[in-house]
Amino acid sequence: MKKYLIAIAIIFGATLNAQQTPAPPQSEQVAIIGATAHVGNGGVIENCTIIFVDGKITAIGADLMATTIGTMIDAKGKHVYPGFIAPAKSLGLVEVDAVRASDDQDEIGEMIPHVRSIIAYNAESKVVESMRPNGVLLGQATPQGGTISGTSSIVQFDAWNWEDAAVKTDDGIHMNWPSFFRRGRWWLGEARGFVPNKDYDEQVGKIKTFFQNSSAYGKATEKVKNLPFAAMQGLFDGSKRLYIHADGEKEMTDAVIMAKNAGVTHVVIVGGYHANKIADFLKSNNVAVLVGRTHSLPQYDDDDYDFTYKLPKLLVDAGLLVGLQNEDAANFQTRNMAFYAGQTVAQGLDKETALKLLTSNTAKILGIDDRYGTLEVGKSATLFISEGDALDMRTNKISKAYIDGRDVSLETHQTELWHRYMGKYEREKAGQ
Amino acid sequence: MKIKLLALTLLLGGVSLFAQDYFPKNDGVKTENNNYTAFTNAKIYVTPTQVIENGTLLIQNGKVVQVGKSVSIPKNTVVENLNGKSIYPSFIDVFSDFGVELPKRAAGGGRSAQYEPEREGFYWNDHVMPENSAINSFSYDSKKADELRKAGFGTVNAHIQDGIARGTGLLVALNDEGSEAQRILSDKSAQYFSFSKSIAKRQSYPGSLMGAMALLRQMYYDMDWYSKGNVDTKDRSLEALIANKGLTQIFAAGDNGNVVRADKVGDIFGIQYAILGGGDEYQRIDDIKATNAKLILPLNFPDAYDVSNPYEANYIALKDMRHWNLAPSNPKVLAENGIEFSITLHDLKSPKDLKEKLMKAITYGLPKTKALEALTTVPAAILGKSNEIGSLQPGSYANFLITSGGIFDKGTVLYENWVQGSKNIIQSMDLVDIRGDYNLAAGGSTFTVTVTGDIDKPKVEVKKGDEKLDAKLEYASDWLNLSFTEDGETSYRMVAHAMPGSETITGNMVLPTGNEAKATLTKTKAFEEKSEDDETMSPELVELTYPNVGYGYKTKPKQETILFKNATVWTGESILENTDVLVKNGKISKVGKDLRASGATVVDATGKHLTAGVIDEHSHIAALAINEGGHNSSAEVRMKDVIDPTDMDIYRNLAGGVTTIQLLHGSANPIGGRSAILRLKWGENADGLIFPNSPKFIKFALGENVKQSNWGSNSRFPQTRMGVEQVYTDYFQRAKEYDAKKKSGQPYRYDEEMETLAEILNGERFISCHSYVQSEINMMMKVAEKFNFRVNTFTHILEGYKVADKMAEHGVGGSTFSDWWAYKYEVNDAIPYNAAIMASQGVTVAINSDDAEMSRRLNQEAGKTVKYGGVSELEAWKMVTLNPAKLLHLDDRVGSIEEGKDADLVLWSDHPLSVYAKAEKTLIEGKVYFDLEKDKMLRESVKKERNKLIGMMLNEKKKGGKTRTPVQNKKERFECETE
Repeated sequence: MKKYLIAIAIIFGATLNAQQTPAPPQSEQVAIIGATAHVGNGGVIENCTIIFVDGKITAIGADLMATTIGTMIDAKGKHVYPGFIAPAKSLGLVEVDAVRASDDQDEIGEMIPHVRSIIAYNAESKVVESMRPNGVLLGQATPQGGTISGTSSIVQFDAWNWEDAAVKTDDGIHMNWPSFFRRGRWWLGEARGFVPNKDYDEQVGKIKTFFQNSSAYGKATEKVKNLPFAAMQGLFDGSKRLYIHADGEKEMTDAVIMAKNAGVTHVVIVGGYHANKIADFLKSNNVAVLVGRTHSLPQYDDDDYDFTYKLPKLLVDAGLLVGLQNEDAANFQTRNMAFYAGQTVAQGLDKETALKLLTSNTAKILGIDDRYGTLEVGKSATLFISEGDALDMRTNKISKAYIDGRDVSLETHQTELWHRYMGKYEREKAGQ
Repeated sequence: MKIKLLALTLLLGGVSLFAQDYFPKNDGVKTENNNYTAFTNAKIYVTPTQVIENGTLLIQNGKVVQVGKSVSIPKNTVVENLNGKSIYPSFIDVFSDFGVELPKRAAGGGRSAQYEPEREGFYWNDHVMPENSAINSFSYDSKKADELRKAGFGTVNAHIQDGIARGTGLLVALNDEGSEAQRILSDKSAQYFSFSKSIAKRQSYPGSLMGAMALLRQMYYDMDWYSKGNVDTKDRSLEALIANKGLTQIFAAGDNGNVVRADKVGDIFGIQYAILGGGDEYQRIDDIKATNAKLILPLNFPDAYDVSNPYEANYIALKDMRHWNLAPSNPKVLAENGIEFSITLHDLKSPKDLKEKLMKAITYGLPKTKALEALTTVPAAILGKSNEIGSLQPGSYANFLITSGGIFDKGTVLYENWVQGSKNIIQSMDLVDIRGDYNLAAGGSTFTVTVTGDIDKPKVEVKKGDEKLDAKLEYASDWLNLSFTEDGETSYRMVAHAMPGSETITGNMVLPTGNEAKATLTKTKAFEEKSEDDETMSPELVELTYPNVGYGYKTKPKQETILFKNATVWTGESILENTDVLVKNGKISKVGKDLRASGATVVDATGKHLTAGVIDEHSHIAALAINEGGHNSSAEVRMKDVIDPTDMDIYRNLAGGVTTIQLLHGSANPIGGRSAILRLKWGENADGLIFPNSPKFIKFALGENVKQSNWGSNSRFPQTRMGVEQVYTDYFQRAKEYDAKKKSGQPYRYDEEMETLAEILNGERFISCHSYVQSEINMMMKVAEKFNFRVNTFTHILEGYKVADKMAEHGVGGSTFSDWWAYKYEVNDAIPYNAAIMASQGVTVAINSDDAEMSRRLNQEAGKTVKYGGVSELEAWKMVTLNPAKLLHLDDRVGSIEEGKDADLVLWSDHPLSVYAKAEKTLIEGKVYFDLEKDKMLRESVKKERNKLIGMMLNEKKKGGKTRTPVQNKKERFECETE
């Protein structure tokens, strides 16, 4: 009850601010003691102590004794996880979907790799802030639309501004591969429903030409600046990843072959609805898959009802590097990432492997695994404590979260309203 | 054009056989031809079942005089000996647009909420045009008539194929020789309706199938009201409707579901429509039979998909492949079930395709007699013209076909199509059949000549020894031109006239030398039609399922006695460990420990959870339409009119433990349509899905959607929340006055919309109101209180937590999302703690989906209320079972495990609020509608059947059959805002 009143006091103090104040840098050692640590790489450490200093994990293990300095957190019976990572989302780029003025996710133009999401990333978004209480602490701010949508950046979710938020700036270029089937243009005499896309080859040809020109541009010694071509160079020197958004067997195959031929080093498939059918091909080409959310309907009438639930498992079983994303869902849904992974457990994936789909695998795919994605010494102390199994909504209850060792607020616009109105009813009940 | 044709006829013929006798004549002398024509030695189909071998047909003045074995032939008779040929009544198409000018699409985009000004003096809806008359836009099309006659037709019934009430049609004989006076058999032959709006009009209402149905109902109610003299103003539409009452009523439905829908509209008003089908009636044959309607059937059998590219083949759904396989059996199935139907050319690319389709239907089991009836006696009967057309009884028009044999047989030649006694030669009967093998001696060499193909378009092969020569044959009017080349340069050219009955053909030949010589083709072998083995093989058909889509059931689930042993049982009050539940006669018979039951299927539920079925208060699955947004109130429409029992989402919901849903109208307007409460009985028809005796509900909506904030239209009232209140006040005030008038016993105009609203005022219908922000929620309660009723449920109710106390006081329930927000401005303050806060203030709270994906995981969504706001697990579970049951007033029958309640149950593999739980069995009224084990088998059979059908289609392509590009028919998924 006391705790409750304190909470209300804090809230009332804070109601003028729309957003929570970002946490200051870690100033003293934090030790989490006695927790079940889910390392994020498949391992679990029971009765684990985790110590972090200056934003980095300095020790983790079952047989550690923490020196009694700084903050000691008794986490007996609780669970610690690396912060979840949400790739391929426009979080922070649009606030309210239906309000155009709040929408900065889709610039005009078909091939615009030079358009960068990071400068539009709204570090004060109320939607972004609502990720933290569910353990989603990092994300890839990703532009949408067009063929080449632009360049994404990876951000952490507790920041004053976009510079502050940036974890990896301009990490990759996102491309929407043309669909082999598209809605029939019935006004041109095509059938209603989805029919083969007659322009597919032409559309693919345009992409190839663009990549070839970009590559040639990079080799030129003297050049007139071409912003789109210049932005593409990172793909050829390995400093940027190419995220290809595609679902069909043919589309994915064509796209990967095109990218490899063009000399792109890192290729990632985003979507991958039929990736299970070409798993060997993807594997031999070192292509990782950021698979679509499990909480979606099968795309074909005759698919197994649980096809989307089990697709990540099929891909993991096939030996691919797999992460989860939910690009086709509304941004607010990203806080449910944990449960997308939980859903695969019901399909037979073990819990720690399911966790990797949100942590170490994603970090590897995004190229931030040197700092994020697991609870290991030397890595960033970006983690959270849950009262129970965080992959299940029934037990996911987060009491503490740290980003780079900073003790971030778990209050949000939504918890403020909760406290405010419960406070109202409590007062009314007390006869005030 | 008409005048020109007539002039031409007069000029060429010199006489018009059919001149109207009181017309003055200044271009010659008056002539009359009263001669008879007799056709002798023919096999005559007087009707499809009355066949005369070796009979005589006697006609005069365009009509049949006598038909029979011994017919006395008057002296002034032209006699045609048909030498064993056949005579059939010529065909009739009751669903045609022959010669009728179709309206043009309205220019420019956009729809209008109001009717167009030129409609003043007519019915208030632009799509209701019973005053239209096809005769007014009719122009006889002799080119088209020629095509139709070649396909065997003698009479067609045409109408303007546009709009919901389409007005009257005309019946016309395809008689080029006659004048309009003869060939128009009726200028008001039938009255036509459909569910489709006019392409020429802009009025947005009705914007949905259910709206079209409601409009038709109201139109008939208004007709009745008008006919009793209650309306002071003149309505030419209703007057036309009244005048056309006695005609045949034809409804253009177009698929099996719409056939039933059309029939239901008719049933209310005692009208039996003849109904245009869609070719998919076999899928719901019992329902079709129950309509008692005569059908008008297109033979639109789909071509096989071109599945040679496996990537493309992936996109085709099993149901579409199956329809390719089964559609040709549709006429047979109808015939087998004793359903009378006529066949139409509608939906065929060309009249030329008819014969091929007919032969296919016959191969698939349609009896030839039925096929003939469908083209003659049945359409005549539908039009009430059996005495004039469709048979060759004396007195009928002399509309008949002369054929070489059975009209539906391959190779049969249609020689002549007589219409009203006018002869139309399709192919000359006298043409000598020159097909066969010949020897030809010319210029010292001997050649063998083989003539095959059709009689009128023969093909030739010329050989010298074994060497095949380049040869060409032209043949017309018994004259043949044969030329062939030897060694690429030495050419032979022959001209000859074939004589009937002769074994030789003699003519002149120009030899390579340039000299002319006599040449003779001497027949060595008669022509034989090659019989194709394929034709005799009966086609392989896949099995029909219920519904007829992938994962449909071959047999409907049966009621079982089931004993669940040792489960964790969730009753409405508690969670019982190690408990048994006995299901018997569709009910929960017993809950307890160590239960026994003889003959029961025992399910070991150790470690599993047994709960009541999930109830979704807010669903839009299993529907063909969601919004009727044409008006700001659409209380007259009913969701039960547009149920789609084939929706795969039904099965997927079952797999998520959902047993009951409220199928709600959308949120396009403040007053939406009436709900349907469904049980997800996969395999039942639309009516079978409706929860029996369920309470009456209606959807209301507030906020951005009804204000149309997020899309273009700025013209429909209301545009603000202020206006929304006025809409309600206005409608309820009118409903109150309507109800008072009705109760006073005075005559009143029956108004479905007002009837529905009056039910709300009288406490007989409950409101489920889509709502977001607190101001509008409060307003809605105040409006209700002013009119002395209470709002039953606020659905979505995202700011319910701000006025939970007021809601509790009003007595309204809240059915909300677990955690949705931020998708539009009015959900900025939506919080996932909403359910917990409302519940804490005594509001009955449910968690709903409004989404076909989320609905199949509502158990997990309930689990989120534990996370957000700390609701107890039992209370959380009630939010998707007992609480929605309470909100739907069904809690005495479903929603919890209690003895005596319906056995709507789910067996979960794990804790039901957990993401790890799978529904293993889902029961409705004790029948297992989903079973994880059975699902595994269905997956296998879907895979196998797809493979089999793909193989069959590949085969079809190999044989040279027509194919079409693969299409993925994706269902449009609805949510509240789907327009």
